Amino acid sequence: MRIELVRRPQHSALFSALSPFIALGLTLIAGAIMFSLLGKNPLEALYYYFIDPLTGIWDPSNRWQLHELAIKAAPLILIAVGLSVCYLSNNWNIGAEGQFIAGAIAGSFIPVVFPGFHSWIVLPLMLILGMAGGAAYGAIPAFFKVRFNTNEILTSLMLVYVAQLFNDWLVRGIWRNPEGMSFPGTIRFSEYAILPQVWPDAGRAHWGFVLALIAAVVVWFMLSKTLKGFEVKVLGQSPRAGRFAGFSSGRMVFFAFLLSGALAGLAGISEVAGPIEHLNEKISIGYGFTAIIVAFLGRLNPLGIVAAGIILALTYLGGESAQIAIGVSDKAVRAFQGMLLFFVLACDTLIHYRIRIVGAPAAKAGEAAQNA
Amino acid sequence: MKTRFLTLAATAAALAFGTMAAEAKVKACFIYVGPIGDFGWSYQHHQGALEAQKNLGGEGEVELAYLESVPEGADAERAIERFARSGCNIIFTTSFGYMDATNAVAKKFPDVKFEHATGFKRESPNISTYNSKFHEGRYVQGIIAAKMSKAGVAGYIASFPIPEVVMGINSFVLGAQTVNPDFKLKVVWANTWFDPGKEADAAKALIDQGVDIITQHTDSTAPMQVAAERGIKAFGQASDMIKFGPETQLTSIVDNWGPYYTKRIKAVIDGNWEQIDVWGGMKDGHVVMAPYANMPDDVKKAAEGAQAKITAGELNPFTGPITKQDGTEWLKAGETAQDGVLLGLNFYVKGVDDKLPQ
Amino acid sequence: MLEQIIITIATAATPLLIAALGELVVERSGVLNLGVEGMMVMGAVTGFAVALTTGSPWLGVVAAIVVGALFSLLFGFLTLTLVTNQVATGLALTLLGIGLSGMIGESFVGQPGIKLGTLYIPGLTDLPFVGKLFFGQDPIFYLSIVLTFVVAWFLFRTRAGLTLRSVGDNHGSAHALGINVIGIRYLAVMFGGACAGLAGAFLSLVYTPQWIENMTAGRGWIALALVVFASWRPLRVLAGAYLFGAVSIGQLHAQALGIGIPSQLLSSLPYLATIVVLVLISRNRRLTMINTPASLGRPFVPDR
Repeated sequence: MRIELVRRPQHSALFSALSPFIALGLTLIAGAIMFSLLGKNPLEALYYYFIDPLTGIWDPSNRWQLHELAIKAAPLILIAVGLSVCYLSNNWNIGAEGQFIAGAIAGSFIPVVFPGFHSWIVLPLMLILGMAGGAAYGAIPAFFKVRFNTNEILTSLMLVYVAQLFNDWLVRGIWRNPEGMSFPGTIRFSEYAILPQVWPDAGRAHWGFVLALIAAVVVWFMLSKTLKGFEVKVLGQSPRAGRFAGFSSGRMVFFAFLLSGALAGLAGISEVAGPIEHLNEKISIGYGFTAIIVAFLGRLNPLGIVAAGIILALTYLGGESAQIAIGVSDKAVRAFQGMLLFFVLACDTLIHYRIRIVGAPAAKAGEAAQNA
Repeated sequence: MKTRFLTLAATAAALAFGTMAAEAKVKACFIYVGPIGDFGWSYQHHQGALEAQKNLGGEGEVELAYLESVPEGADAERAIERFARSGCNIIFTTSFGYMDATNAVAKKFPDVKFEHATGFKRESPNISTYNSKFHEGRYVQGIIAAKMSKAGVAGYIASFPIPEVVMGINSFVLGAQTVNPDFKLKVVWANTWFDPGKEADAAKALIDQGVDIITQHTDSTAPMQVAAERGIKAFGQASDMIKFGPETQLTSIVDNWGPYYTKRIKAVIDGNWEQIDVWGGMKDGHVVMAPYANMPDDVKKAAEGAQAKITAGELNPFTGPITKQDGTEWLKAGETAQDGVLLGLNFYVKGVDDKLPQ
Repeated sequence: MLEQIIITIATAATPLLIAALGELVVERSGVLNLGVEGMMVMGAVTGFAVALTTGSPWLGVVAAIVVGALFSLLFGFLTLTLVTNQVATGLALTLLGIGLSGMIGESFVGQPGIKLGTLYIPGLTDLPFVGKLFFGQDPIFYLSIVLTFVVAWFLFRTRAGLTLRSVGDNHGSAHALGINVIGIRYLAVMFGGACAGLAGAFLSLVYTPQWIENMTAGRGWIALALVVFASWRPLRVLAGAYLFGAVSIGQLHAQALGIGIPSQLLSSLPYLATIVVLVLISRNRRLTMINTPASLGRPFVPDR
């Protein structure tokens, strides 16, 4: 027996719409099996994972969880939106974590070095510097790729470790809070350098989430309604056709890396100026990597990414409730995320292909073994 | 179908919560920075929590809840707030990085008691801070090391240059110098609390540079295993690591949080909890030495002697005369270091063969 | 002392070398599997768990190899049969591996493991300076060296190796010649998984005989970098792995000597060195063109 793919003449609109739901359904089933194997009641576990964090929708006393959801989703969405442009144009930036850190550092420059500078302009300057920092850090692998043909997957990844170590050195060294008892971390930012909360009475969600939504809409518009978006997709699908149409693939590499670096940097400074309120060595907890899942979960569509970011944030919050309520270990969250991504990728195959199961002659399998 | 599933699950959850809350007198909640299976820092805090529960009458009296591997960024505040809202009476946040988050949540929930380990901020009356004088154990280790070492050089695998670690290094050297004034200490910064591979490599590098005693200020048991393999002696960290080096471990500084957790949870039950700032040492039972092993009797006696003196309050490792690494005087003869200076310590004493990262 | 340092470097380099050799074969067949870290960590937990429960470290090694290969089949099924995006699928494999291994290994945390014994040949192992290095290490170390030459010989000296490379260079024409592209890629992916599993077992049975969640600590990613670093040549993978090992051990020695350089800068040296070498190698376009599998990462659907 063998599975065979038959390319559909046109991509299937039906499966385009259905596949995320099929994937989610399969993940729930697989998750239920996993929880049963762990000796937990699967329905209860899934309730805590996916429903409990959302109870705030109808239950005001739980509304704070929705705010927390927004806080967790904001950096994931911001970074993933930028990555979608990269991946659509065939640029494999997997170092968004480093650009996130670079943005956090660059944006922290003003409140750390000029703590006495109190003005409404501080915050906008910080956000701009954060974006510039992330973009500049993203430009490094772009430059190597264009100039020297160096594989960007690896350079961008290596630069993550370098950024983490540099940040560590900074907050333990020259940027360390002199009143912090020699512990790492900068001084606390003044109120002028902190992103305001959207709805302070109900919870602590800050404007970072709004920035993420704006970024998603703008990039969605760029991708689907402008010539630049067309250029991104053409160069991504066929660099040769793109060159034929007069598009420069070198410029596209820079465009994609600068854009995604800037958005990752914005996520970094929003995190620091939002919930953390100072720069420390612990800011990097893997948003840049999780955002890669978010980008694919949202099928590289900025609006889909908003939904995907919220779903991923949900698994984090739900993982916590499940840990407290029924003692599911926190490792289950990761396994869950991995399965979700597997199913989404597998189901997306249905959009472009029909799957046929055929009985294959046994000789073919033997032949393969011989050839290898 | 969907709604039925919802109500079903919700009732199940409510039932579970309801029954538990009705039975226990107090709900104590713990936030851990690592997995409770790290066999180091978080493991010991969890052991303390379990011990307190047992001391106070078991599950019927004290309900425990915990979250492990909580990152010290934006997630910490959410985790703490979740506990505060879920009916916890007292919440222990067991890592320095939770300081700001603990203070922020404490302000919002004045009726809940908060206890933050290793921090120094107490911004509202319902938050206490607690810590242990691990350096007292390091002093005893230093004495043992100097007596056991033939080379006169020990190796110290350090995590990060924070005051606690700097204090540990200094205290170790001061203890060793009471035996051998020329004793030297080599330091390697692993830049991690927990990475067995890297810690093993650091131990090997130190051994290859001629040290014959290894002490670690990182949490994994890998350095102990390396020392065992290379046939030299070593000290454990945070928990008793004798399993990983039956013929290697001299002793280990065991973080013993049980007595403190018992006292504080009991205070909540009795209704007499008050804000405090505790820096407990051997005297208070916070710092316990694992059984002295793999050493001759005279060394064991010296170690026990020092331990007894520290426990009795007769000996403070940081008593002058002490010279800083750069040769200037820090403490005059008979003078002891102030807690405030120690808790922000950022320089070495003489005898440390390393440049402190600044 | 020098001998000990070299052995330390060899221990640090061996897991990187084995995992990278496996990935090299995978990439030579035109598939990019970013799931090395996940397969490796699965190998580490399997090796440890099986060794501890059966009491035989060798059974642990075998189990780790089998689990690594089986785990990679998941990746193979998605990318080869369902033609999903290889980068995303590889990342999913890594995530799943880290999560699953954490759950499987929970009951094994904090238990001393069983160390794979080292070789001892009377007379030879006792030779001064070189005895322990050449005749006194663990068997997997020797296996990794042998594996390097076997992979090199297989890829460049055998017909099967030529077939595998032709699949990686141009799957269209390989298919036209009647070669079973998908079948060969499946076998290559499984070989990569087996190697990653073995590398993981090395970590939990030789390097640091214990199990700790996420104990691979990024070594799978370094292995991936080494493959490109070596421009897809096995002997250069060997050189690269030892260079990387030497830099990471060297920085610890520099610290122990009391050289006052920020430890963060020293710790970042291996990564910076990798970037520099990657750039230097890729600068020479002609050379990289010869070695880079042209179909790397590109999906293939046979049109029957």
